[in-house]
Amino acid sequence: MIEGALWRRWVFYNLPLILFVFVLLFPFYWMIVTTFRPDGELYLPWNAPNYMPFWTNNPTLEHILYLFEETNFVRWMVNTMFIALVSTVISLFCGVLAGYALARLNFPYAGGLGTAIFITYLVPQTLLFIPLAEIIRNFQLGDTPWSLILTYPTFLIPFCTWLMMGYFKAIPKELEECARIDGASRWKAMVYIIIPVAVPGILSSGIIAFTLSWNEFIYALVFLSSPDQKTVPVGVTSELIRGDVFFWGPLMAGALLGSIPVAIVYSFFVEHYVSGLTGSVKG
Amino acid sequence: MAEVSLHKLNKKFDTTHVVKDVDLKIRDKEFMVFVGPSGCGKTTTLRMIAGLEAITTGEIRIDDRVVNEVPPMDRDIAMVFQNYALYPHMSVASNLAFGLKMRKFEKAEIEKRINNAASILGIESLLQRKPRQLSGGQRQRVALGRAIVRDPKVFLFDEPLSNLDAKLRVQMRVELKKLHERLAVTSVYVTHDQVEAMTLGDRVVVMKDGVVQQVGEPLELYNTPANRFVAGFIGSPAMNFADVTLVENGGKPVAEAPGLRIGLPGELATRARAKTGRKATLGIRPEDIHIATAADAPEYCFDAAVEVVEQLGSEILLDMRAGAALMVASVEPTLRVRAHDNLKLALKPERLHLFDAETEAAI
Repeated sequence: MIEGALWRRWVFYNLPLILFVFVLLFPFYWMIVTTFRPDGELYLPWNAPNYMPFWTNNPTLEHILYLFEETNFVRWMVNTMFIALVSTVISLFCGVLAGYALARLNFPYAGGLGTAIFITYLVPQTLLFIPLAEIIRNFQLGDTPWSLILTYPTFLIPFCTWLMMGYFKAIPKELEECARIDGASRWKAMVYIIIPVAVPGILSSGIIAFTLSWNEFIYALVFLSSPDQKTVPVGVTSELIRGDVFFWGPLMAGALLGSIPVAIVYSFFVEHYVSGLTGSVKG
Repeated sequence: MAEVSLHKLNKKFDTTHVVKDVDLKIRDKEFMVFVGPSGCGKTTTLRMIAGLEAITTGEIRIDDRVVNEVPPMDRDIAMVFQNYALYPHMSVASNLAFGLKMRKFEKAEIEKRINNAASILGIESLLQRKPRQLSGGQRQRVALGRAIVRDPKVFLFDEPLSNLDAKLRVQMRVELKKLHERLAVTSVYVTHDQVEAMTLGDRVVVMKDGVVQQVGEPLELYNTPANRFVAGFIGSPAMNFADVTLVENGGKPVAEAPGLRIGLPGELATRARAKTGRKATLGIRPEDIHIATAADAPEYCFDAAVEVVEQLGSEILLDMRAGAALMVASVEPTLRVRAHDNLKLALKPERLHLFDAETEAAI
């Protein structure tokens, strides 16, 4: 908290905070308003006499109904959920084990290997999707959820590994040594002591991995083609933008509903999440 | 029943040689303290006994079994760490139970042992709490409890008191001593605090730069230090040292330095005579210096100028200059002294120490 006169608190604390919150939340507000605005208002020119960009007096559910009745939105949600969950679980499993190994097992070049793994995360997807498409085609996985479930870990595993490695390093070595003296093998010490202590870290990398796969666009766009198989980001943009016509109402309704699961996941684990990112293990 | 013996124990980390040829036999039920400045290899030695650190060369036996390749879990030892290393996600009771669960003890037996350890340590009311809800002293007790429930052959302590505040440390020190008397388990205790070493240890190992300097009972180290390092490390305030030359004066060996001439008594004189003409270090503890009286023989007296007077209540420490040497004397609290006073002091001849200037070994 900033000490001193009232104006100081406003200038250095309250105003910047309000500005920050406004910038972060305005897109959501815009999404909500557009979702409930009737088409008649949506397509008014900006200089029309009754133009009200930030509010509507005639809220409607027509866009949401359209989304559920005229498109495969429910199907897309199910697809996205399935793909994001499975690829997150796979990536977490590998990431936790790899992170532990890199942080704790002394083997030559562990440090270099850790960096190398992180570098693979930095290779842009726009470069990778072409060779990956070839592989997906060879395995005849195109247009199935498995094409994404197996490709998302290519960037999620390095990410989880790197995050978990940092987290494991922050856990005092003595905990594990004590467990091993107490009669646990290295594996049991990891399962009973280190992993439970690392839960905040595991949750935060899980949440981020889930969000990354939920929002992933380019692989989903390339590997999936039939409307039934699509994920939310691809489905909404491909089915609700026809040529140069943007169906803003349903588009925003789709974006809004699509962000709800992620918001729920975040709010559910927010406490663990923050302590996971700040890496605090209190004894 | 457990003896621990170390035979020609060595540890190298890459190119640094941190433990050099340590030979030691820790007797059954003995409380052995390793003491030394940081980086002297004491903790590494302890960790090798625990099995947390691989042995470069040499051998460790617990009883008659060579444990070099035995994993920590199979050595039947318990260890208390400096930062306690309590499992933060478990309650105190689960912390105590963990080692027993890993060893597949019966539920009833686990409960019995937990209750027993908790009552020994007075932590019955804390059993359901999590470690973060405990104070430093309570955490320390839980860490001890975790070792006690296991009923191991050997207890290992790695500076267990150094995270506590001074008052609590003294209190826990006493409790540790009582605990050892009650449980009578072979214990190895590492500390950098010579007071802890002196008060707790049945025997004390003084280490420096990976080499054992002296092994002995606390008073043995205090009274007959093997070398200058042990002499300076054990005892507080530390022993005074003066660089002297050994000379003959009227047929008697004396230690001489500019502004200081001290006679050498009895056996010390015999040993010093062999080194006449050589440089040496004279050592005398602050508590063995007093204000000179008529009863003191003149060859054990010297003049000194007081530089600083430290009133401690129970004693007074005088920081003085005697010739080129700086000395500290611990004198009666009733004495009236001020800085810059010139005093005539005497030392107890039988408490004099001499060390070779080159090898630093006691003469």
